Amino acid sequence: MKILVCISKAPDTTTKIAFKDNDTRFNEDNVQYIVNPYDEWYALVRALELKESLGGNVTIINVGPADNDAVIRKALAIGADDAVRIDADPSDAYYVAEQIAHHAKSGNYDLIMTGKETINYNGASIGAMLAELLDLPFVSLATKLEMSGNTATIEHDIDGGTEVVECTTPLVLSANKGMAEARIPNMRGIMAARTKPLTVVPVANAEVLTSIKNYQLAAGRVDCKYISADKPEELIDLLHNVAKVI
Amino acid sequence: MSVLVIAELSKGKIKKASLEATNYAAKIASQLSTTVTAVIIAKAGEASLGDLGKAGASKVLCISNEKLASQDSQLMTKALEQAVAAESADVIVFSHDFTSKAVAPRLAAKLKAGFVPAAVGYPSIEGSAFSVKKNVFSGKAIADYVIHSTKKIIALLPNSFPVTLGDGSAEVVDFSVNLDGIESRIKVKEVKKESNELSLPEAELVVSAGRGMKGPENWGIVEDLAKSLGAATACSRPVSDIGWRPHHEHVGQTGIAIRPNLYIAIGISGAIQHLAGVNGSKTIVVINKDPEAPFFKAADYGIVGDAFEIVPKLTAAIKQFKANQH
Repeated sequence: MKILVCISKAPDTTTKIAFKDNDTRFNEDNVQYIVNPYDEWYALVRALELKESLGGNVTIINVGPADNDAVIRKALAIGADDAVRIDADPSDAYYVAEQIAHHAKSGNYDLIMTGKETINYNGASIGAMLAELLDLPFVSLATKLEMSGNTATIEHDIDGGTEVVECTTPLVLSANKGMAEARIPNMRGIMAARTKPLTVVPVANAEVLTSIKNYQLAAGRVDCKYISADKPEELIDLLHNVAKVI
Repeated sequence: MSVLVIAELSKGKIKKASLEATNYAAKIASQLSTTVTAVIIAKAGEASLGDLGKAGASKVLCISNEKLASQDSQLMTKALEQAVAAESADVIVFSHDFTSKAVAPRLAAKLKAGFVPAAVGYPSIEGSAFSVKKNVFSGKAIADYVIHSTKKIIALLPNSFPVTLGDGSAEVVDFSVNLDGIESRIKVKEVKKESNELSLPEAELVVSAGRGMKGPENWGIVEDLAKSLGAATACSRPVSDIGWRPHHEHVGQTGIAIRPNLYIAIGISGAIQHLAGVNGSKTIVVINKDPEAPFFKAADYGIVGDAFEIVPKLTAAIKQFKANQH
C-alpha cells in the first residue's frame, strides 16, 4: 500500500503572534516551527499504523524552501519511509495543491492524506483541491480509517453527527481528531530520520490565485463585567437591554 | 454574469445560513451591478424556495439529479460547474458548512478560482481589486485576502450577519445537470446523527459546559438552561474526549468554530484551543467557580460561583423574563 501524507510547517502553539513590515508579513523572529499537528498526530500516525499492520510505504510531501527540511526530518522521525520537498514558496492553497498534484499524479498512491487544516492559516482546502486536481473522491474530516483490500471504511464528521462511508482507493481524505494518537519520536527514530531519503523536486508551473495584503491582531474583549452569584437576574437584564442578545 | 449563491434545504426549509449567504451575495451583486442566482439541490416545486427571493435572489436554479443524493463532493462539483457556466458567474458564494468544506475548494480548483473559506466580512471591491477577510492563526488574527483571479469563491462563516428578508421574488426553474458516465465511488453505510432542532454552527444562542460539571449525569441543568433560551448545546474538548458529550458538540480548535450572538460557558476554564472555536461570539458569558479561570479574560460578563447553584437560578430567571414578555 502506498500512502502520501501532506505536511505543512506551522508555528509552535505557544508562539506569540506578531506581524512586521506594516503588518503585511508574519514575524518569524524566534518562532519555533513544528509539523502542523493535524498532519502529524492524525494523518501521519494513522498512515504509519496502516503500514505497520498491512505493509507498504509512507511518503511525506511538503511544499517549501530549504529551511523546511528540519521540520520534514521531524516528520520522518515519527516513522515515515521517505520524503519529498517541492522547492517552492507555499504561496496559497491552490498553488500548493497544484505542486503536490503534479508530483502525486505519477505516484500511484492508494491513499493521499492531509490534516484537517493548518493551525496558522486555517484554510482546510488543500485535501479537497488535491482530490479535484487528481479527479479522485474526497472524504473530509475523517476520524476513523480502516482498510480492507482496496476498500477504505471511513467515519467522518457531518453536521450534527458522523457518517460512515466506504470508498475504493485511490482516494484523498483530510484527518481530524480521533483518527490516531500522537506519537513521541524516540532517539532511534530521530537518528534514522537523518539518513532517510529526502528528495527535493523543482517547482512546477502553477498560478497563485490569492495573497494576503495585511494582517491585524484580533481585538481582545474589553473588561469583563462581573455579576453577583446571588443575582443572576441581573445578567438576564444586561443580556436583554445592553448586549441585546436575548 | 450573476453572482451565484449555493443554498441548501434542511427539513424542508431554506437553511438560515443559506439565507444569510444570499443576503451577502446580493450585496456583492449590487456592487457589481448584477443580480443573484441561487443554486440548490431541490425540486422546483418546493414551497420554501420563495424565501431565496426574499433574501435577494432573482433566480433559483433547482438541480435534482439522483446521483447527487449522497452529496459526493466529486459529483456536486461537476454539477455546480455546469451552473456556473450557464450563468457565466464569476463570483460564487457558499455558506461555510460541512458540505461546502468539501465542495467549495474542489470547485475552486476546478475553476481556478481564488478561494477564501470562512470569510468574516463583506468583500472590499474597488474596480478590479477584490479582497475579503478571514480569521487566521486560529482566531488570533484577521488576514485580508486579495483574490487575483477573475473567478472568485467565498464561503461565508455563518452568523456573521443578521438575515433580512424583503419582498423580492425569484424566478424558480429546474436546471438539469449532465452526470452521464460518472458514478460516485463513495457509499454511505451509516449515518449517526442526533435529530436536534438546532444546528450548532447556525445557532444564535449556545450554552456550553465543560469539566466543571463533574460528570455527564449533571448535564440536566445545562440542557434546561439551553431549552429555556432556545439555545443549542456545546461542550469543551475534555468532556467530548471522555465521552460525556457527543463529539459534534465539541467547539474549539480541534472541534468546530462557531460565532453565536450569545455563548454561555459553564465550568470551562478557557484554554486557548477552546477560545479559538468561540472567540467570534458576539457576547460571551463565563460561569466558573475559579476567579482565576483564564476564560474571564475573554468574557463580556462573568459570574464567579458554583454552577450547580447559579445555572438553575439563571434558568428560572429566563423563564420569568420570557413570561413577562407576553
